[in-house]
Amino acid sequence: MTEPAVSTLADHLAQAGVLICCGSGGVGKTTAAAALGLQAALLGRRTVVVTIDPAKRLADALGVPDGLTNDPIQLPVDGPGELWALMLDTATTFDGLVRANAADDDQAERILANRFYRNVAGSLSGTQEYMAAERLHALHHDPRFDLVIVDTPPTRNALDFLDAPSTLARFIDHPLFKMLMLPTRRGLKVLNIAAQPVLKTIGKVVGGDVLADAVAFFQAFAGMETGFRQRADEVILLLASDITRFVLVASPRADTVEEARYFAARLRAGGLEVGAVIVNRCTPTFGEPPARRPRAADRVALYDNLLELQATAATEREHVAGLLADSAMPVGVDTTFVPMLPGDVHTMASLAAIRSLLFPPTR
Amino acid sequence: MDPLQFVSTARVAVVAGKGGVGKTTVTAVLARAAIRRGLRVLVVELDGKPALEHLLPGVEVQHISATAALGEYLDTHGLSRVAKRLTSTGIIDVVATASPGIDDIVVLGKIKQLERSGLYDLVVVDGPAAGHAITFLLSAKSLLATVRGGPIHTQATEVAAMLADPERCQVVLVTLPETTPVNEAMDTADALRERLGVHLGPIVVNAVDEGPLLTPDAAPEGSPMRAAAEFRNARRELHAAERARLDERTHLEQLVLPLVAGAVLDAGAIERLADAWDPL
Repeated sequence: MTEPAVSTLADHLAQAGVLICCGSGGVGKTTAAAALGLQAALLGRRTVVVTIDPAKRLADALGVPDGLTNDPIQLPVDGPGELWALMLDTATTFDGLVRANAADDDQAERILANRFYRNVAGSLSGTQEYMAAERLHALHHDPRFDLVIVDTPPTRNALDFLDAPSTLARFIDHPLFKMLMLPTRRGLKVLNIAAQPVLKTIGKVVGGDVLADAVAFFQAFAGMETGFRQRADEVILLLASDITRFVLVASPRADTVEEARYFAARLRAGGLEVGAVIVNRCTPTFGEPPARRPRAADRVALYDNLLELQATAATEREHVAGLLADSAMPVGVDTTFVPMLPGDVHTMASLAAIRSLLFPPTR
Repeated sequence: MDPLQFVSTARVAVVAGKGGVGKTTVTAVLARAAIRRGLRVLVVELDGKPALEHLLPGVEVQHISATAALGEYLDTHGLSRVAKRLTSTGIIDVVATASPGIDDIVVLGKIKQLERSGLYDLVVVDGPAAGHAITFLLSAKSLLATVRGGPIHTQATEVAAMLADPERCQVVLVTLPETTPVNEAMDTADALRERLGVHLGPIVVNAVDEGPLLTPDAAPEGSPMRAAAEFRNARRELHAAERARLDERTHLEQLVLPLVAGAVLDAGAIERLADAWDPL
């Protein structure tokens, strides 16, 4: 029996249909996602990079001055493939999903105009995660693209979108949801439903008009839950399949390494696995210092600086070794180190520099 | 002048910043520095991993979760039966859905209650992560527009009053001296000023490499010493330039925490960082 060959970052880029970049904030995750997108496009893949982060990080990294929109925009790439980018707009995506699943225009309009729906569509946290998963599914099936790269938000719960489809499925099966649907099923009036003890209780806390809006929303929603549910199941399958790969982005600082371990454990708990690791912002090494400490004051400062950077780099390597040895990490996972650049990445040119560090020509 | 003078002017400091800028570190250093000045300090940690207790031995740290805060609020307002029913049926999520921001408002309400208790001179809040800080702080305003009566409305009114009063509450932004974090801090400062009218305290610039510029020419061309010096200078110049840009745009007073390379963040590291803010 032979060990299965470990897939490299380049393998994942060539084989994946969906590539999800996860990691904590400030580790250069967005830049990595953008650089991976650029590389994929240069290799001939028609790639779209999606950001869920409302901050303009991806637009900055790609050098798009006016920012990104919910519709993908194409970026210039000097190669056979294509590079597109978009920023997920939760409300717009939800609207689209409502239109697609509604029995007719009338039902769609009733939902879209509902005040409760307007509150939920844009701002509820679970909605955002679900819409991310939904959009991922849609882009994966969009004939314009072969590869969808996702830049997840820089928070600990960034991977919650993996659970969002099952959460939605559970919600649809929830007794309360079924009860809210009763009016249409039994021909009851909204008022009667709002008189149910549990709903009266909710009404006391949030106010009666909010509740009335909510009941009206669920009434309008009736009949659409099957479509939503089916879609949720498809998304669950896509995320669990071999088409989807996960790249863990980290930096070698003690605290971010801790976060990276958390993400690795989070994936493993969901039956998923880190496919490759990118360690960004590593303190570069410059070679050995002279054998003896110089005497001249200005050279002493240079000598001490070199030693300090060397010591920092050594500490960083220890932190990363700890991460790679973590029980949640696949053995021998492909790891790419990217040195810290003197400046920040916010133009296409510096992005190209990062790309060549991730994929050195000789590799 | 004491760089931390502002801590005596407001009783609540909400520490806010994007992920990875060191918000938790700043919360801990702020608390430690205030304790050294003899203030009675409470640290509030919102949902998420508990880290502050371990960074601040001997300091009172409270965790506030939305679910617990909502239950407690209803309890103390004669709605304990409601509270029980909501939690037992697991529909607290649905309540939050019916009225987005309700979970934020009960958390802020709890913070307001601690502020009013008279037990603390300073309540330092490790604010919510990432872009959520703005929605969190805006929740009172948004709820006042959608919920027109009932206990939540009352709560939102009281929270809005606290947020609008610079003597009661300040927001302390945290950033790193790099281009993207500075861009984001500037946007957040604008958004908080325009949409919330909250008082912004000083901005904390974390992990600043402050040393003097080196003279790479003193080492031979192509030598490791020279390359290392050029790298270090570029980093220091970037940090200085980004701080200047931040100042020009926000005019916020900057509190600086020095870069501690490769260090493990523990209680000792917090003590050493707090030294940077000791009164001269």
